[in-house]
Amino acid sequence: MSTPDSTPEKIKKVSIVISKGSLEGIYPGLIMANGARMEGIEANIFFTFFGLYGVMKDYQDKIRIATVGNPAMRVPNAKGFALPTLLGALPGMSAFATSMMQKEMEALDIPPIGEFVEMISDAGGHLYACKATVDMFHLTNDDFIPQMEKVLTVGDFYEMAGGGEIIFT
Amino acid sequence: MPTRTINQKEIDFDDEGFMTNHLDWDLEIAKVIAAEDGISELTDRHIIVLEFMRKEFEEKGSGPTIRRLTKESGVPTKELYALFPSGPAKKAARIAGIKKPVGCI
Repeated sequence: MSTPDSTPEKIKKVSIVISKGSLEGIYPGLIMANGARMEGIEANIFFTFFGLYGVMKDYQDKIRIATVGNPAMRVPNAKGFALPTLLGALPGMSAFATSMMQKEMEALDIPPIGEFVEMISDAGGHLYACKATVDMFHLTNDDFIPQMEKVLTVGDFYEMAGGGEIIFT
Repeated sequence: MPTRTINQKEIDFDDEGFMTNHLDWDLEIAKVIAAEDGISELTDRHIIVLEFMRKEFEEKGSGPTIRRLTKESGVPTKELYALFPSGPAKKAARIAGIKKPVGCI
């Protein structure tokens, strides 16, 4: 038996699926894809279901935090009190929570979604949209930002992801 | 802590290969480290990036985020990745003689 190598093999490629359309649904995948490129790791993002809003023209700046159905949501900060569902449902609550978080993110130099997606594309990351969702939502290429390279079937996605890790968010 | 002799200078590195004292740095050392990372020639554009990183490090104690780097050094994202193909964050910091970047962005 051979002894295990002490330095594990480096990750060379990641394909990240972004399936949720809330702020907290989209950012983690973008941060991971951008972080991959920063390390010289090949990165693909496959936007599916409501995650598709991350690459849709005119919607990128309308993406918000879910203040309902999110039992971990606390106000006024991460160690504050749990926001009751009924309060989370008040008009403007989601927009307010989103603007609070955007301020924190800007301070850390995390860009708004539109700029971030463009940055990942410029960094050599590839952005794709899911065919099933595009059909279901009745979308065409004109609905997407120019950095969205191609609409892929799930089969195309697996082919493209070959030889790398797949991360579902 | 590994010490290496580069161009007759004794240089201390941490365990991850980052220089422990950025003041020991000079362009000749940068060229040697760059070559180890597969960059055979440091162009003027590389040097703009390295100098911006060093300036930020001296002012703030850590290297810049990629976003700041591209917005303020005048080297756009695409070019930055072309200059440092194996990853601009850590590799460029290593070549610039500063500590490993601490941010996620």
